[in-house]
Amino acid sequence: MPLPVQILIQVSFSYLSTIAFAIIINVPHRALNPAGWAGAIGWLVYWSLMQLATGRMLANLLGAFAIGICGLIFSRRKKMPVIIFNIPGLVPLVPGATAYQAVRALVLGNFDQALSLTFRVAMVAGAIAVGFMMAQLLAEQTYRRAAMPLEK
Amino acid sequence: MADKILKTCLLAGRIMIEGGSEMYRVDDTMARIAKNAGETAPQVFTTPTGLFIGVAGQPDVQIAPVSQRGIDMEKVAGVNNLSRQFAAGEIDLDALYAALEKLDRNTPFFPVWLQIIAAALCSTTLMVIFAQKYDFFDMPLAAVVGAIGFAVYLRMSSLTKVRFMSELLGAFAVGLAAWLGVRLGVGRSLNNVIVGAVMPLVPGVAITNSIRDMLAGHLLSGMARGMEAILSACAIGAGVAIIFRFF
Repeated sequence: MPLPVQILIQVSFSYLSTIAFAIIINVPHRALNPAGWAGAIGWLVYWSLMQLATGRMLANLLGAFAIGICGLIFSRRKKMPVIIFNIPGLVPLVPGATAYQAVRALVLGNFDQALSLTFRVAMVAGAIAVGFMMAQLLAEQTYRRAAMPLEK
Repeated sequence: MADKILKTCLLAGRIMIEGGSEMYRVDDTMARIAKNAGETAPQVFTTPTGLFIGVAGQPDVQIAPVSQRGIDMEKVAGVNNLSRQFAAGEIDLDALYAALEKLDRNTPFFPVWLQIIAAALCSTTLMVIFAQKYDFFDMPLAAVVGAIGFAVYLRMSSLTKVRFMSELLGAFAVGLAAWLGVRLGVGRSLNNVIVGAVMPLVPGVAITNSIRDMLAGHLLSGMARGMEAILSACAIGAGVAIIFRFF
């Protein structure tokens, strides 16, 4: 499959899945579209880095960082909490499927696989959390004297 | 007066936790409402299972248990909005309390059919993204299975308060429907279909948030939410594994 088509599929599918998940967790209407973009951008960063073989941790960290930055920009523009854009945006990255596979391996008796998958869940979740914190730190530094207070 | 302020803060905090807000935001909002209402030194202590608020040097302390926790962004946005209006002086304390009570009782929700369609869309697109193989043949089956699993989960959630059970049965429905679909030749890869279809149920966000809470210093919240996420993962993994055991 040619690269532009692949990129188009990755972006549009991550956008759609983010919006769909946003509907499930009851994100307010006017935040749906930006949340979708946060998800698509984060996934694009992650996917590109994975294609470049940088490793899972760095890709997750920078993907989450990108989502965090998008969330901050959108939250300032729409005057809504950051979490409304971050949580749906994260859905393509988050290790939910891995967590499910880990438990399935455990229940079926494949303990080695279960252990390695569990560690992967913890590491990926940690990488994503650190990526977010970095975005937050950066925003706090840049917007210290912005017109709008940070947390509200 | 102090009584009313503390009561309003607790209600706001409880709604936010029920909506799945980050802990620091709950702390911040409660303290802000108290300060804007004229309490200069509010003392807030929040956990995902209960809230405490008092005034420094005063005997008044109130607590509120939190019995259910989900993800509902409309609630978080709603409280945030009201607190902002209160800070700007557009509404007074009584109006704030009334608005919060209204938000608590009837949060606007997307209609159920739309949620189920969203679950289908979420399942099928995420399956293609995760499989990394552009597995378009399995897309329709993943959508149907995801919708069935989510519908079962919603139905069970309205019947029982035990989230573990509704997740277990939702995942079981996913496994069964996916297995049937593959058996009937509508799908090819059982694994891909299931990974996609469990995505609306799976607690990935909860795991990440719990680690984030812990890194931010909310150790208690991180542990409680992490435990909740682990239980969800166990319910879903076990529910699907039943299918792999028997068929």
